[in-house]
Amino acid sequence: MSDTHAHSVAFVRETAIPPAPPPATEAGVIGWMRQNLFATWANALLTVVAIYFVYLLLTGTLPWILGGLWNTDSLAECREILQGKNAACFSVLTERWNQLLFGFKYPDEFYWRPGIAFILLFLAAAPVLFFDLPRKLLLFTAIYPFLAFWLIWGGTVWNPVFAALGFIAGYVVFDLYGKQNFAAGFFGGIVAAFVVWFLAGYIVPAIAPEQPVLEAVQSRDMGGFMLNMILGVVCVSLSLPLGIALALGRQSSMPLIKWICVVFIEFIRGVPLITLLFVANVVLAYFLPPGTTFDLILRVIIMITMFASAYIAEVIRGGLAALPKGQYEAADSLGLDYAQAMRLIVLPQALKISIPGIVNVSVGLFKDTTLVSIITMFDLVGMIRGPILASTEWNGVYWELFSFAAVLFFITCYGISQYSQWLERRLTTDHR
Amino acid sequence: MTALTDPPRESFRLSMLINDKRYRSLTFQAIALILLISVFAYLGSNLMANLAAAGLNISYSFLGDPAGYDINQTLIPYDSQSPHLQAAWVGILNTLLVAVLACVSATILGVFAGVLRLSNNWLVRKLMSGYVEIFRNIPVLIWILIIYGIITVSLPGARVYLGEDPQRELVLGMFAFTNRGIYVPAPIWGPGSMIVVGTFFVSIAAMFAYRSYAKKLLFNTGKLLPMGWPSLVILIVPTILVFFVMGQPITLDMPDPLANRFNLRGGIQIGAPLIALWLALSVYTGAFIAENVRAGILAVSKGQTEAAAALGLRPGRIMNLVVLPQALRVIIPPLISQYLNITKNSSLAIAVGYADITATLGGITLNQTGRAIECVLLLMLFYLVISLSISAVMNVYNNAMKLKER
Repeated sequence: MSDTHAHSVAFVRETAIPPAPPPATEAGVIGWMRQNLFATWANALLTVVAIYFVYLLLTGTLPWILGGLWNTDSLAECREILQGKNAACFSVLTERWNQLLFGFKYPDEFYWRPGIAFILLFLAAAPVLFFDLPRKLLLFTAIYPFLAFWLIWGGTVWNPVFAALGFIAGYVVFDLYGKQNFAAGFFGGIVAAFVVWFLAGYIVPAIAPEQPVLEAVQSRDMGGFMLNMILGVVCVSLSLPLGIALALGRQSSMPLIKWICVVFIEFIRGVPLITLLFVANVVLAYFLPPGTTFDLILRVIIMITMFASAYIAEVIRGGLAALPKGQYEAADSLGLDYAQAMRLIVLPQALKISIPGIVNVSVGLFKDTTLVSIITMFDLVGMIRGPILASTEWNGVYWELFSFAAVLFFITCYGISQYSQWLERRLTTDHR
Repeated sequence: MTALTDPPRESFRLSMLINDKRYRSLTFQAIALILLISVFAYLGSNLMANLAAAGLNISYSFLGDPAGYDINQTLIPYDSQSPHLQAAWVGILNTLLVAVLACVSATILGVFAGVLRLSNNWLVRKLMSGYVEIFRNIPVLIWILIIYGIITVSLPGARVYLGEDPQRELVLGMFAFTNRGIYVPAPIWGPGSMIVVGTFFVSIAAMFAYRSYAKKLLFNTGKLLPMGWPSLVILIVPTILVFFVMGQPITLDMPDPLANRFNLRGGIQIGAPLIALWLALSVYTGAFIAENVRAGILAVSKGQTEAAAALGLRPGRIMNLVVLPQALRVIIPPLISQYLNITKNSSLAIAVGYADITATLGGITLNQTGRAIECVLLLMLFYLVISLSISAVMNVYNNAMKLKER
């Protein structure tokens, strides 16, 4: 048939026509703009409004930022040079750089100590955050808290050493007995750690040298962004285990344990952080043995940790609830006891589900560390509102300082949330 | 064949408290109870010892003493001779005021930004995600201070509005933006004004009645009554009619540039701290709400929209009848917890000197009387009551909205 047909017509095309390029209005930059910026009349109008808004934003801020001065000694001098021009006096940042970062009482010859602790923080956090790295690095992570404490606070090296020894003793005991009976190993470990710390209370003063290698710095001398970092890192890391314990307690079948956890969590979540900081500042002292003086920074760490652990507990409870019941039953049917089932089956999956929530709480907590400025601690915001804005040289330089604080917090928090999104993509095991 | 017998009854041994699953939980609970009681006893004995040493006792009688300080933004009558309790009430009302204001504006802002984040327009989408990221990642305390700074540093003093020939005219003849706050006209409720207000409330009820009647008619008979303009007419016309029939009983008290040489008189002054707190809480929480709204809309699967379109519904009805009811189920629980966050974050008022409950009871009253325990306890109790009642409402709502399955 086809043959006869082929002979009866003058021309039959035997190959397909190559696809024509799309019309110029549908491809390339123009096509993209038509689709994404000017699809409809309303859309075009929106685009124009948005462009105008961006224009206003840029013309308002760019000259101010680009024309900024970086090397004057006071606001008056800066204003004199600018002569009414709309530009920033960033010199407050260069001049008060150390105060913004370390507070105004931290001895300036020791700035290198928190500096090194800050750099080492990344090294210590890396194996926790990126699990492609060799696991041996976790050893440094374990050492880091004691090293960082020693670097920032100084004093005799035996304090952190004995603190670490306590943990090691606890771990050894747990390793010996925990295999047979988790509870026995766990509580035995705690007892062993406390025994070591109790002994350290007698040993350390005896062997501490007169002149320690690193001179001691008082807690009340901490300040600036360093204080925000200390509070954020310490409280997040402490509240994670506490939050897991609270979440498990809330799921517990033992009514008393369950109700203790419920009351604690709901109470903490029901009140603002600022009232807990008031408790740390003015009330907590009433509940301690008469005559004890207690670092304000330690009291604040206790309260913020309690605060964060309640929120983390709720996040983890969500993760535990999201786990299919079959997982719990499968663990039971394998004959695992409660501790094994939780450690090996339930918690790894539940924690994975709750990672985004935990990161959200951590970011929120890090932002909330600025609240300590209200109880007269000189963190970054406290430094700006207190010593710097009140000084004669820089009284009235407002935007530069708060923009700096905002940028610093933005970089940190945005970085953490980007990491969490990356991790979420990494951990996805379902096939989509 | 051996008969099945009961296993031999074990007699109770002490080691069973740890090793037997039946008794172990009792052991743990007993230990927990003992620990709890001893911790509380320890704290309590310390408290007693400390109070005795300081010659104090727990008493709330200080609430009746004159407060002795002034508050410049109050909703109820208050002067420096009023008792501390009255100051606390002023604080509570101020907290609720700023919380309600911020909830409303944050919701509007959040819904707006959340919907625009899903826009087809690339530029608008990017702008809105910029807004969300910037405001979510910077502490709200810094936002409060920045906005407070914008008001107090950048706006002019009230002086520029004063005199016969002021440097600046009042905006629209009724608003003045100064570094102490914004002056707005105050309504004066003349005789008969309550009738106007009453009419307005009745028209609101009538509007809802009309809408539910129209809906019922539509579902029963398929007859479609117009919804938009009749509702508007029912809402506005009777009130305006009554207003003029009664002889315009409500008048406005404008800020007057001529009444005083040093400050604006007349109208209501909305103080700079209130505005700063309100705006900061709105834009900060608005960014979070935008994310909730976006997640809620994305949670409604595309098949729903397409199915509704296949049934022949118009886009507006698809939104109202199909997408929104399903999206709201996802949006509302986190939205309510954002409201809770606003209420709790309003305690940052103390940073800019707005007299909320934290600043009055937890700030000045505490410092003046030295009654730290009582003040902080009352403060926590107030926030707890608010939080728990909002959670209770949320639980009721969640149960009502739960997907009815099997």
